[in-house]
Amino acid sequence: MNELRRTFLKRCSTAGAVVWVVGMLKPIWALAAEWNKAAFEASSLADALKNSGTSAAVDSKELLLKVADHAENGAVVQIEVTSKIPATTSIAIYVEKNPRPLVADMSFQNGAEPYIFLVTKMAETSRIRAVARAGGKTYFTAKEVHITSSGC
Amino acid sequence: MAEAIKIRATLNGEFAEVKARMAHIMETGLRKDPASGQVIPAHFVRQVTATLNGNVVLDAQWGPSVSKDPVFGFRVKGAKAGDKVAIKAVDNKGETLTGETSVA
Repeated sequence: MNELRRTFLKRCSTAGAVVWVVGMLKPIWALAAEWNKAAFEASSLADALKNSGTSAAVDSKELLLKVADHAENGAVVQIEVTSKIPATTSIAIYVEKNPRPLVADMSFQNGAEPYIFLVTKMAETSRIRAVARAGGKTYFTAKEVHITSSGC
Repeated sequence: MAEAIKIRATLNGEFAEVKARMAHIMETGLRKDPASGQVIPAHFVRQVTATLNGNVVLDAQWGPSVSKDPVFGFRVKGAKAGDKVAIKAVDNKGETLTGETSVA
């Protein structure tokens, strides 16, 4: 009887461990944080910055934003952002005058470089702002891009 | 919609350069149909996750400003030829797009 009870308990704990391990493995795709609705649906730059926690960003020369000065077609504007700021964990991109200024917010893990290339729409001539998060602080850089035809 | 994301991953010095393109309308939800005057409902990719050999390397959230048929790129340090790069995107309707390739 006692032997049976022991075996039972042993099997239970093994089963428990298996469930725990599977539980740990499962969320590979589910790790993603919930979509930041308040930031992405904000219609003003101030609200987009506030809701994505980057209002207090300081100007940094260590954040490199590569975009053309003039873009013919506002539907496809290429943006390249590289952060030289140590321990950069994420980069967010804003088109300041777009109806939805926050374009993207991307975080880097497991060896990904603090670098991003992205093609965005621009409604009109506007500054493009890149913000990096590093060591609990936020840094930004911005550049104006002139648009010939609107992409929205 | 399997393999709706086309990926190219090439070794470039000490990192893998990954470029991806996915087929998606990226409708903002702010445009009106000129014929009917009705707002065209939003339909855009909101979340993109990229993995290298199963480990998340890029965890991205997008808004409707990202261009139609999104093109994006990122770099991963320490990647080797043959490593598996996979990307998964989910839009505001819950539809999923995926793509996979090996580092060349």
